[in-house]
Amino acid sequence: MAAETSRNVESGREKDVPVEPLELAPEEAREVELEQEDEASGEGLGPPDPAERGVEGRRRRLWKKKEMPGGLWLKCESCGQMIYRKELEEKGMVCPACEFHFTLPGRERVAMVLDPDSWKEEYADLTALDRLSFTDQVPYAEKIRRTVDRTGQKEALLCGTGRIEGREIVLAVLDFSFLGGSMGEVVGEKISLAADMARRQKKPLVLFTSSGGARMHEGMLSLMQMAKTSAALASLNEAGGFSICVLTNPTTGGVTASFASVCDVTLAEPGALIGFAGPRVIATTIKQELPPGFQRAEFLVEKGQVDAIVRRSELRDVLARLVDFGRGAFAR
Amino acid sequence: MADTSRPRNDTTSAGMAFERPIKELEAQLSELEALSTRTNLDLAGEIRALKERLQEEIQKTYSDLSPWERVSVARHTDRPVASDYIEKLCDDFFELHGDKVFGDDKAIVTGLARMGERRFLLVAHRKGRTTKERMAYNFGCAHPEGYRKALRKMRLAEKLGLPIVTLINTPGAYPGIGAEERGQATAIAENILGMFSLRVPILVIVIGEGGSGGALGIGVGDRVFMLEHAYYSVISPEGCAAILWKDGERSPDAAQALKLTAPDLLQLGLIDGVIQEPPGGAHRNPQVALDNVRRTILEELAALERLSVADLLARRRAKFRHVGEIPGRFPRLD
Repeated sequence: MAAETSRNVESGREKDVPVEPLELAPEEAREVELEQEDEASGEGLGPPDPAERGVEGRRRRLWKKKEMPGGLWLKCESCGQMIYRKELEEKGMVCPACEFHFTLPGRERVAMVLDPDSWKEEYADLTALDRLSFTDQVPYAEKIRRTVDRTGQKEALLCGTGRIEGREIVLAVLDFSFLGGSMGEVVGEKISLAADMARRQKKPLVLFTSSGGARMHEGMLSLMQMAKTSAALASLNEAGGFSICVLTNPTTGGVTASFASVCDVTLAEPGALIGFAGPRVIATTIKQELPPGFQRAEFLVEKGQVDAIVRRSELRDVLARLVDFGRGAFAR
Repeated sequence: MADTSRPRNDTTSAGMAFERPIKELEAQLSELEALSTRTNLDLAGEIRALKERLQEEIQKTYSDLSPWERVSVARHTDRPVASDYIEKLCDDFFELHGDKVFGDDKAIVTGLARMGERRFLLVAHRKGRTTKERMAYNFGCAHPEGYRKALRKMRLAEKLGLPIVTLINTPGAYPGIGAEERGQATAIAENILGMFSLRVPILVIVIGEGGSGGALGIGVGDRVFMLEHAYYSVISPEGCAAILWKDGERSPDAAQALKLTAPDLLQLGLIDGVIQEPPGGAHRNPQVALDNVRRTILEELAALERLSVADLLARRRAKFRHVGEIPGRFPRLD
């Protein structure tokens, strides 16, 4: 199926590929289902788009997602342009047409940000527990098992130490492809451990977020991670530490409303959706259409909520410069 | 987040269906009492028997509430709200308005309060008692300026050496355009972070709805209590049902799964204690609930007062840094 549609596009005849002929192999459909579940793990983004429910909606969504994993071509989420996958990868998953910054999986982010071979991952073995025996359509325990199998990592947060242009940092990266980057006990603990490491080793703390918010399947234990991570940041601040958070697409809910918004410097990638409540929740609450660009990084800068927008291609350079400006941290 | 658009658990009638047998007995009782006054008949025996049956019914119903039923009790419109606590518990109250940046958010009330000789800063979500009040207070859904007002007044309390008491009762922080423009997430985040550094005791009591980040925005305390039928949750049951079950009708299942009741949260080690409500809930006999809250405030503030500032701050930080943790599960770097 993927090959056939790719040919269509390659030949240039069909830009808007028809939805009708799409049929997915069972394992592909399952992958899409899992991704859908992932996105719905955090409390912040709200319920799925009604346009993507039902048979027709599901097909549309399957189609959109279908292009991501294997195909040679894929469609930009933002401008709709068909992009040659290799070109996108060469550009660090940034749309060549509109500069939309695609969500990066955690490992790719780590590789992109740090000097080669400088990454030393810590606490990679911490695993989520289903302490509430939470079951919606699938038991949470089962959901964790499947996600661990699929992603090859134990949780949605990667943390450790590394170097940017030779400068030592502590790095923590939220991975949206693991249950929507949602924050449960382990994610909250690892962010806090990263802050503790930064404090003890007197290194700058650099965080990357992409998250649907608090992980509902852990109930109040997940809400309390907002307080836990803030407690760790309070200790880091008291020791005179320096923290930088880069908000990437999307960051919402309990992650935005805790550690992600109170680091010393808040950066955002272009076009990133950043908010407390998800846009669909707001639209249904106020029964109005949302203004164009609402909750995008550019909007947040305009409203004074974010220090600067940094393109992915300039990120390493900017972080290195900021770290240099932060050399006086821990000194007082 | 608040899910103000979703069908709410109607707390005035339909949502409290489990109270129907109680309501019927209450109606019979008041009829009987009216009859007795009107006709001078001696119905004392019948009235006493009916009262006993009523008490039994209340006891039976309320000893076995489902989480979803508790949520409707927590939302009941007759349940005591911030103004009841201010008017009936405080011997003095001087409201301090506004965040001195944008405006005065009426969904959160802040002011200097006194109970007997005990002075403190009161910070409370405000829901209102009448429809008009409820609308003016935005149903307890605060905007960023509400959280900023709270932090500003809490810093004043710190300066004056006054302890802080917060009363939580919100469906969630408001999800709207203005709220996002003015930094709802940052306002809540700054409060959570800021409360870890306040050098005075903080006592938190969830008196009704503990709606997610909107609750936690005034919810970091040395001691955290819940009224018996209050709930505290990462998301409203309606919101959770819509996302995970893709069906808002499954709210009772979501309420069950989320473990949002006071006893559940006490068991998980996420709160320090449960304040008893009168049989049949605080809406049936507000004064009893108010008195119990008063006692908790006086006792807890007296206990917290005895700690040194350094000890207080270290304990508060450790309490949340290791909140709900199974001992030994996570490494310690301190």
